[in-house]
Amino acid sequence: MSNSQIDEIMDIVAQKALLDRSRLKPEARLSDLNVSSLDMVEVVFALEDKFGITLPFNANTDGAGLATVGDVIALVEKQLSVQKAQG
Amino acid sequence: MRRIVITGLGVVSPIGQGMPTFEQNLFGGVCGIEKLSFDHRGETITFPAAPVKDFNPDQWMDPKKVPLLDRFAQFAVAAARQAITEAGLTLTPALAERTGVILGTGVGGQNTVEESYNRLLVAGATRVHPFTIPRLMINAAASQISMELGVQGPSFTVASACASAIHAMGTALALLRSGLIDVAVTGGAESSLTFGTLKGWEALRVMAPDLCRPFAEGRAGMVLGEGAGILILETLEAAQARGARIYSEFAGFGMSADAKDLTTPDVNGASRAVMNAINDAGWTTDSVNHINAHGTGTRINDATETAALKQVFGDHARQLAISASKSQFGHALGAAGALEMLATVLAVYKDCAPPTLNFKAGDPDCDLDYVPDVSRKMTINRALNNSFAFGGLNASVAVQKLR
Repeated sequence: MSNSQIDEIMDIVAQKALLDRSRLKPEARLSDLNVSSLDMVEVVFALEDKFGITLPFNANTDGAGLATVGDVIALVEKQLSVQKAQG
Repeated sequence: MRRIVITGLGVVSPIGQGMPTFEQNLFGGVCGIEKLSFDHRGETITFPAAPVKDFNPDQWMDPKKVPLLDRFAQFAVAAARQAITEAGLTLTPALAERTGVILGTGVGGQNTVEESYNRLLVAGATRVHPFTIPRLMINAAASQISMELGVQGPSFTVASACASAIHAMGTALALLRSGLIDVAVTGGAESSLTFGTLKGWEALRVMAPDLCRPFAEGRAGMVLGEGAGILILETLEAAQARGARIYSEFAGFGMSADAKDLTTPDVNGASRAVMNAINDAGWTTDSVNHINAHGTGTRINDATETAALKQVFGDHARQLAISASKSQFGHALGAAGALEMLATVLAVYKDCAPPTLNFKAGDPDCDLDYVPDVSRKMTINRALNNSFAFGGLNASVAVQKLR
């Protein structure tokens, strides 16, 4: 994944969760940033629109799977490669 | 204060139409959830949902009038006709003016809204059905019941999302106690299993992929349902004077608002609503036997509701038989509290707690007795029915055996 794509992902997280962009680093924990599950629903929706992908995210079960900003980046990266492979 | 009792019940639900079928399937552990399919530009898209099966509105009203009613209002009329018939109540002109319809609906005529948009925006039509507006208005079901039954007293719709029906029934209780009305036709009606609504819920990322499994380990969210539940309420004095069958006493009502978050429930808000209902009924917490929980199957609701019950009941929380009927008929939104009220009234009347289906195993955050999978015969003198709505609006009602 290119640095510009990672930047785009972090821009979206910052914008949707109303965060100072400089606080976002891959290792930053979403809970420490006060990103709520409703914020994540908006973030996921915006990422899907931006990259033309579907992210398998259920706020009930997957909240724990996305602990850090890096986890979000990894999920987008994974889905981009899955959907690329499927053509 | 006037004592208020429940003398008639009516239902259109995903587990049956008419009280005998509903009762049999409720206690028999029938699950009304299936896969609902929609054709979207040639692709079939399915959602788990609990629809009402084989509903025939012509059975309940003049077929010529049926096109005037959205499906949610048709459900309401059908359930209201059953309830008033079961109550054996004749609305004389004098009594009709002292009777009110107080109904909960959370969404309204969503079938009509989507049909109209499809015609205009997808099919390219230049006009919509002439009854679009009177069908879609959120008070349509309350108005149709009033017209069909000839109810002429205070009548209106209460809308508070998932708590609509409990807010409506509690408001009816307050009007009856105050003497503003002598009979209430109350409950809730909803039908929003449309492609657009289901997509809307899907976008919130709180929907289960298969089944609704309240309080269970690994629960993955909600499943939507639809239907209508109607109760006839009147004073104890009037019911006894006419020799009516009395199901139970409607003993109390509690409400609260979280004033916190749009979608995340709050332990303190939920527990205040439950405590207010217990206090309004004049009960002690340790006299409650049974709870029909809000129990949506989302991770956060069920953990929060469990914590709220522990906060209210302390050690007695472990003595409660807690049933989550959404595991059987899904979440009917504005009708949910009414369908669950029917389950609560039957639990008290029949001394039987309905099951929480699809349970498998409990969650560490949910460690109370949820009546897993099989209904339970037990003495139930006092029961509560909870609803906690998006927007942080909470309501709970209290039902007890008449003594």
